Amino acid sequence: MTSLRRRLFLLLISATAAIWVCAVGWIYFANRADLEHVLDTRLQEAARMVHSMVASSNLENGGVAAASAADFTYNRQLSCQVWSMSGRLLARSGGAPEDNLAEEREGFSDRLVNGEVWRVYTVVDPEHGVRVAVGDRLGLRARLARDLIVGLVGPALLAVPLLGLMIWASLGRGLAPLRRIAGEIAGRAGDDVSPVASEGAPDEVRPLIAALNGLFVKVEAARRHEKEMTAFAAHELRTPLAGLKTQAQVALAAKDAPTRDGALRQIITSVDRASRLVRQLLALARLEALPEVEGDGGALNLGALVREVVAGLPRRPEITVMIDDALDGLEIRADRDSLYLVVRNLQENAAEHIASPGRVVWSVLPGRVGLAIEDDGPGIPDDELPEVTRRFFRGRHRSGSGSGLGLTIADLAARRIGAKLVFANRIDAPGLRVEIRFCS
Amino acid sequence: MRVLVVEDDPVLADGLKVGLGLAGSTVDVVFTADDARAALSATRFDAVVLDRMLPDGAGLDILADLRRQGDATPVLLLTALDETTDRIAGLDAGADDYLGKPFDLDELAARLRAIARRREGRSGPMLEAAGIVLDPATSIVTVDGKAVSLSRREFAVLSALMEWPGVIRSRAELEDRLYGWQEEVESNAVEVHIHNLRAKVGRTAIETVRGVGYRLRGEP
Repeated sequence: MTSLRRRLFLLLISATAAIWVCAVGWIYFANRADLEHVLDTRLQEAARMVHSMVASSNLENGGVAAASAADFTYNRQLSCQVWSMSGRLLARSGGAPEDNLAEEREGFSDRLVNGEVWRVYTVVDPEHGVRVAVGDRLGLRARLARDLIVGLVGPALLAVPLLGLMIWASLGRGLAPLRRIAGEIAGRAGDDVSPVASEGAPDEVRPLIAALNGLFVKVEAARRHEKEMTAFAAHELRTPLAGLKTQAQVALAAKDAPTRDGALRQIITSVDRASRLVRQLLALARLEALPEVEGDGGALNLGALVREVVAGLPRRPEITVMIDDALDGLEIRADRDSLYLVVRNLQENAAEHIASPGRVVWSVLPGRVGLAIEDDGPGIPDDELPEVTRRFFRGRHRSGSGSGLGLTIADLAARRIGAKLVFANRIDAPGLRVEIRFCS
Repeated sequence: MRVLVVEDDPVLADGLKVGLGLAGSTVDVVFTADDARAALSATRFDAVVLDRMLPDGAGLDILADLRRQGDATPVLLLTALDETTDRIAGLDAGADDYLGKPFDLDELAARLRAIARRREGRSGPMLEAAGIVLDPATSIVTVDGKAVSLSRREFAVLSALMEWPGVIRSRAELEDRLYGWQEEVESNAVEVHIHNLRAKVGRTAIETVRGVGYRLRGEP
């Protein structure tokens, strides 16, 4: 059952009905016993009263006829008989049966007379030689009890629909805050993630609203991040496209071969850069989609890995890459792809920023806690150091071909393998020093 | 037309320099906001092509500074952000025109001509004076209805003189129009171009004002 209102309604109405049925049952049984007692007492009292009248009027001595039936009419429901000890009917009330109601012994008894069950109280008086029996029909008693139940259940049957209506309406009112909040959220535009107002909301609904608002905040942050990312990606992709188109138009419009060749060369450069950017965007998207920490991979030899990365990148004759042999003796356990991304992007970043002949140096950190890369580039202005891992951030000392993503990727990939990147400018000479510290 | 291109992407900047050069403009390129400010304060440009996103600041800030200083140099904004709000913000900051990347080089050149023309107070596309008609869009020059063939630099000198007929343009001003910063200016280049122009458009069209400069015959 999905409707809270229907569910509550059924629960309430069945609970009410159950309580009502129990109450009726209890009243019936309790009152039935009381009724029996009261009616029995009445029988007893009536029998004694009739007996006292019979005893004082000395019926036994021949006054039978005087005792007319009407004299003893005490209650329509009660029937009375007066018998002599010898078994002669001395008198009976109107409506009393002809057959003997009286018992031999004094006290209560149930007797079947003319097909009806009678409740009888008999008074035996040997002194005056009479037996007085007063009885009523059990059927009458049952009718009384039935009338009592009808009196109880009848109004209840009338009241139940009314009660149901009231419960239904009250539930509607009670659940109104939920409906209001649902209506407010349903009526929103798709991009409206402003918090739902919790003023006036019932205490029970507040946690739900708080949870919803918390979710909204997260959704909004994710959406803003995505929007920024898209805007930056658009800028970073459209600019090389604009360059490509412009150079292509220059090549078409060029009247001399050197101009045309120059434009075509620029087109090749631009295509290389655009494809690198696409590769980096894909790497970034993959890194962001993967869980933060992944299980350890196999043991990796850092020297071999760095050599592999350097060998895989285009060679530039003016750049000397020096790899400390001590790296060959350093092994760590980490996810290979992530570490490869870290080393590759740091190597690319270093190489990009070396304009004139220069060196890139890979070395082991003191205490063998990681490795470091140093370049002969211009370094990074100190105020920009905290920003370098931001997406698409390209500082004042930007290279011509950078995308602003390389260090972001390196940092993300390092975090995935539980490593930390420390960026600093070299102290001994201009240039950047990046340390990869494995915290284990 | 002397144009400053402020664009940090080297390939695009090179394409603009060569491409607008082919369309008859003299183009200087700077890559950062700081260099752009320095260039704008040092040299008078006929138009500026400004990228919105620069490494050391937003293009809009440069534009706002420029307008605050009362500099009315026509500015065309280039942007990779193509949301309407960005365009509105750019135009409201004082841009004369707006182009989204990637764009068509010919369209960019035409828009630059248009905003430069508006600044000169002309509405027609043709420059006309002293019987000479110059079409900046096609670089075609006619004298008394007959087409004449000019070199790129001759065309640049003639354009500068025809923009303000009757107004004296100094030799330095004309050199500015002819050469970018990296180009070496030959000492008597302007004289040589004026000499050649006179041979092509008529001796009397261009007057020499001794010690000051040159002007095109006509009403200022």
